[in-house]
Amino acid sequence: MNFISLSPVDVGISALLLIINALLSIALRLGLAKQMIIAATRMVIQLLLVGLVLKALFDLASPLFTSVMGLTMILFSGREVMARQSRQLTGWWAYGLGTTAMLIAGTVVTLFALTTQVRPEPWYEARVALPIFGMILGNTMTGIALGLDRLLTSIGRERSAIESRLALGHTIKEAMSGVLRNAIRSGLIPIINSMSAIGLVSIPGMMTGQILAGIEPMEAVKYQLLIMFLIAGGTTFGVLGAVLACGWRLTDNRHRLRLDRLSETKQA
Amino acid sequence: MLSIQDLSRPGLKPFSIDLNEGECVVLTGPSGAGKTLLLRAIADLDPNKGSVFLNQVNKNEYTAPEWRRAVCYLSTESGWWADDVGIHFPNHQSAGELLPKLGIGPDALNWQVARLSTGERQRLALARLILVSPSVMLLDEPTSGLDPESETMVEQILLQKLAEDVSILIVTHSSDQANRLATRCLKMNSGVVSEDIA
Repeated sequence: MNFISLSPVDVGISALLLIINALLSIALRLGLAKQMIIAATRMVIQLLLVGLVLKALFDLASPLFTSVMGLTMILFSGREVMARQSRQLTGWWAYGLGTTAMLIAGTVVTLFALTTQVRPEPWYEARVALPIFGMILGNTMTGIALGLDRLLTSIGRERSAIESRLALGHTIKEAMSGVLRNAIRSGLIPIINSMSAIGLVSIPGMMTGQILAGIEPMEAVKYQLLIMFLIAGGTTFGVLGAVLACGWRLTDNRHRLRLDRLSETKQA
Repeated sequence: MLSIQDLSRPGLKPFSIDLNEGECVVLTGPSGAGKTLLLRAIADLDPNKGSVFLNQVNKNEYTAPEWRRAVCYLSTESGWWADDVGIHFPNHQSAGELLPKLGIGPDALNWQVARLSTGERQRLALARLILVSPSVMLLDEPTSGLDPESETMVEQILLQKLAEDVSILIVTHSSDQANRLATRCLKMNSGVVSEDIA
């Protein structure tokens, strides 16, 4: 195994591309230069911090600190999910629903992977647990954000169709089936697309990283497959859970649509 | 038949009425007075307080879908949940018999919802409701977008239903229609209902 260690200068040279991009944006008046620089700066700081935190956590090897780190990741991703909704549930639900779905889906799938497939010693080893958890969480987050956004926007648009069915004596399950199905589908399409395109269109980042770090391609492929199955599983559980729970929250046991539980304010 | 006692919800003061078999109560009043809120509350489409009985049986002893098949609400703006008109009618045979009485050819069942005119939508939505065979019909301006000829056809059907002992609570802005259909008139203002003596 030989891997080429990068010096800070090497990384800095690659950042030159971004400077050129920003200059292009200014020249073409795209108005993206500022956003691009801020995003890139955030990325650098966040990744450096996470590198430090991970190093400390790996040295500590404490299950408690590892869980705290996992929980922090979930709380941040919950905020991201909420920020991507154009309409939101009222009160605690706006943040809590997506976050809880991610907590359950991410934790269950990660524990499943750690205890039955990867089996590090000890099973909670941060070096293995946190990256796997992060990969699952990142993808589940995208799925849940898309699924919930689709549900929350279409339920308002389809209101008169849904209530017409209710008024004719259809059950809430029948009346909601269309919007729920579409929301679940839009949450799952990215993961389905990425499974079909993988290898042909793109060599995934994790696999690239492993190959650059000197791992045999077939070993990297096996890891990539494992991760993709875990991601697909976690995303499916998360999207199903979040969309169905949100549908449940927006209806009641008298088969009514409860859009009063949806905030009116629209965010950009 | 339908007995409403102190039915209320935000925007609606407690409301009571007894509706007999074959009776048509006309509800008038300015826009925003709460007429739609009242009909929706009777159909149990929004959270509400008070009690409603159909043939002495409390609303809450019915499941919500059972209740709404018996006490059926037609909104001003009809909703459609599929592209084809036919999907909205479970029984095409009975629909085919009813539609001509509303001035719509039976081939309408093969049409796309997107190509329906406002008036066609309105009459098809009414037909959809009639085919559920409710005991009480709650109609929110069922003829507001119709030409006089179609309006007459709709009223004929409603009179026929009244003769079959169906009760109707209808919202309308037309005093002529009120005179033609009503056994009783109610007036609504700012969420309060009063008997219209005029």
